[in-house]
Amino acid sequence: MSKMSQVNALVERADALYRDADFTAVQRWKEANPGAKAVGYLPIYVPRELIHAAGMLPVGVTGHGDIEIIRGDAYFQSYICHLPRSVVELGVSGRLDSLDGILFPSICDVVRNLSGMWKVMFPDRWTKYFDVPQNFDMEVGGKFYRAELNSVRHDLEELGGKPILDDALRASIAVYNENRQKLEALYDARSRKPWKVPAWESYLMVRAGFVLPVEEHNALLDEYLALAMARDEKSKDHIRVVVTGAFCEQPPVEMIRTLERAGCYIVDDDFLLGSRWLRQDVNAEGDPIFALADAFLNHSTSAPSKYQEDGKNGEALVAIAKEKKADGIVFCAPSFCDPALLDQPMAVAAVERADIPYTSFLYSENTGQFQVIREQAGTFADSIRLWSNS
Amino acid sequence: MSGAQTEDVHKEPSMRLQKDMIGGHFQALANAKKNGKKVVYTFVPGNLAELLAAFEVLPVLPEINALQSGMRKKSGMFIGEAEKLGHSEDVCTYVKCDIGMLKNGNIGPTGEKLPDPDLLLLSYTGCFTFLKWFELLRQEYDCPIAMLHVPYQADGKIEPGHREYVVNQLRTEVIPKLEEVTGKKFDIDKLREHLKLSVQAEDDFVAVLESAKHRPSPIDSYFGGVYYIGPMFTSFRGSEAGVTYYRALRQEVEKRLAAGVGPITPDGPMGEEKFRLVVEGPPNWTSFREFWKMFHDEGAVVVASSYTKVGGLYDRGFRHDPENPLETLADYCAGCYTNLNLPQRIDLLCQYVEEFDADGLLINSVKSCNSFSAGQLLILREVEKRTGRPGGFVESDLVDPRYFSGANIKNRLESYLQMIDQKRSVGVSAAPGMPHSKVDVEMGP
Ligand code: SF4
Ligand code: SF4
Repeated sequence: MSKMSQVNALVERADALYRDADFTAVQRWKEANPGAKAVGYLPIYVPRELIHAAGMLPVGVTGHGDIEIIRGDAYFQSYICHLPRSVVELGVSGRLDSLDGILFPSICDVVRNLSGMWKVMFPDRWTKYFDVPQNFDMEVGGKFYRAELNSVRHDLEELGGKPILDDALRASIAVYNENRQKLEALYDARSRKPWKVPAWESYLMVRAGFVLPVEEHNALLDEYLALAMARDEKSKDHIRVVVTGAFCEQPPVEMIRTLERAGCYIVDDDFLLGSRWLRQDVNAEGDPIFALADAFLNHSTSAPSKYQEDGKNGEALVAIAKEKKADGIVFCAPSFCDPALLDQPMAVAAVERADIPYTSFLYSENTGQFQVIREQAGTFADSIRLWSNS
Repeated sequence: MSGAQTEDVHKEPSMRLQKDMIGGHFQALANAKKNGKKVVYTFVPGNLAELLAAFEVLPVLPEINALQSGMRKKSGMFIGEAEKLGHSEDVCTYVKCDIGMLKNGNIGPTGEKLPDPDLLLLSYTGCFTFLKWFELLRQEYDCPIAMLHVPYQADGKIEPGHREYVVNQLRTEVIPKLEEVTGKKFDIDKLREHLKLSVQAEDDFVAVLESAKHRPSPIDSYFGGVYYIGPMFTSFRGSEAGVTYYRALRQEVEKRLAAGVGPITPDGPMGEEKFRLVVEGPPNWTSFREFWKMFHDEGAVVVASSYTKVGGLYDRGFRHDPENPLETLADYCAGCYTNLNLPQRIDLLCQYVEEFDADGLLINSVKSCNSFSAGQLLILREVEKRTGRPGGFVESDLVDPRYFSGANIKNRLESYLQMIDQKRSVGVSAAPGMPHSKVDVEMGP
């Protein structure tokens, strides 16, 4: 197989995983590992290390834009975002039956309330709300967070019927550190040579990690990156943009492609942010719970769902844009997403202060028409090119 | 939780008393800077009124400002202003109303400018929007901010570790910042004194709420209830004025109870009680009187509501405990209605339907509030199923007049009440899972 067709084959595989609303990869994993359990998690971040160390498969449940919503809409008013509808649809249609439990992290009131709905709708399945501190003092928020981690650990031990040993947890931290490094390498390569590593492909590669075991995902990332960088692609006259606001409900991959086709290289983004939540390696030695808490409190990324202690909302976005030499920023948030949309005016103000051009639009995971977005992004790219050439 | 009063409205004596209290508070705010008083902005659910009183600071509650703007018909303009500034149409209108008001000079309900905050006390209880709201305000004011994160009752109870976390934050974050801003040392005995006053008022407040168990109910626990919770959920908990108000209110209600009469509405005493409802969700403020009229015109009285629990579930036994001042504040914060998980909310509403012998649960789903609204359709189904009494569903918004369609709500309410009537006339209670006034779609796994 040529390098070109090899990379295409990898992308096709990741695309098939992305489209598969039946989570067959999870079913297959369970068949290959009789008796082993799979545990789902909603956006944004959960410490997958704990699930992994329990010998279980962590599975990202981030809604689905392609499935027909038959019953999900009956649970939510029109002014609530789309993600919980598709998650409920996945649940009531039995597509999540391969999951033995599910974690709902603290991110917004919708996911929070959904955790309680799940308890009512699926009383026999392990359902846990995973609270995270908004106080970042290790003695205060850190203590609370360690207790939350231990509570998840305890529940997973009960679910799995065996203890999670510190050694196993340290080993899981190490393998997820590798995963974080590989994702960083992917993003870094994309920012350096976006013509070789298109954002939509990179997206699919990251997304594959939502259903694949981390070891397999690590191998996939290596293979993809090597093949993609060996491509014989030339740089185009595209502008460089950072996309922000898409940390929870995901845009359809077609929308990411649309932005690229409209002349925007996406050199950074907050898609599937949970995978890149921790910005540096977690200490794989010593007390693993302490290490995970330290990473969350002191080395996690900034996001609208997280309290901005220093009041400098939007500054992290500006810093990324500068670091990645972006020409502009695309604010792209799901309709009715309170965290993203309440945060946006502050981020916009920071971006304006830094004199970075920006544009903004809304989407939903089931958006099917991209014409307007294409035109808007195209105009944005043109205006930046014009401005930089003048 | 209103405070805003319009003219030509029938007023109970307690309402006049409350009006004077609120007037006095806004007067004190207007003179705060002149009198060297410090001002703390904070939220209603889980507010630390007693602690603030112990530091002798004056609270400003932006939700109250927003709802008052709604009642004074100013919110539409304020929201428009905020949207022009780039705030999304999709988000909570309380926030936009507040931002719009701020950009218009921050003029309070008495026509005087509200003082800028000396401290933003971000008591993050039961609603994610609070976090963003004060981050937004922080961009506008040059003042410190204290964050108090209250964990969610995800497993239906307040965990000891959660209490400890809140207490630790009080000790290391909230109290030191209050000390810094006021220049005063924290006096735990002073806090205890205020907590003692809270307990007195809380007992009387619960007696008022419980009175709705009688037939006819002497109170309306939703529309009237928003007045009754006003002092308790805002700056008057833990004060002598609060104690006086609740004693007077209780006496007033007990008088009506003894006389066997129903609630007083803005249009005068209510006629015959024909329907007893439990209501979930906040009210609409922009057409508050019109909204209430739709109910009392039909003889529908609200005997219990969840909105009157956003500042605590006193009726389920919570009382501030002066013996454990910081722990009790933590429990108070964690116990507010919007900090309960969905199963707890369902249980509570079912209990209300049963205990208050209501005809059913009506939900007013407000567009603004994901904290309340996400999951309400499931709540409705479950409460119908468990109580066997029909549910109704109407939609509006808190302070965005664009989302109040009077005709629509009236229609739905009337057909809901008709449905209750029909069930009665055939002598059966509603069957589980029967269709209700809005959503009749197959649900459930
Ligand atoms: S898209 Fe936004 S509002 Fe919806 S669940 Fe996610 S964070 Fe919450
Ligand atoms: S979302 Fe709801 S609870 Fe939160 S500020 Fe808005 S109205 Fe209040």
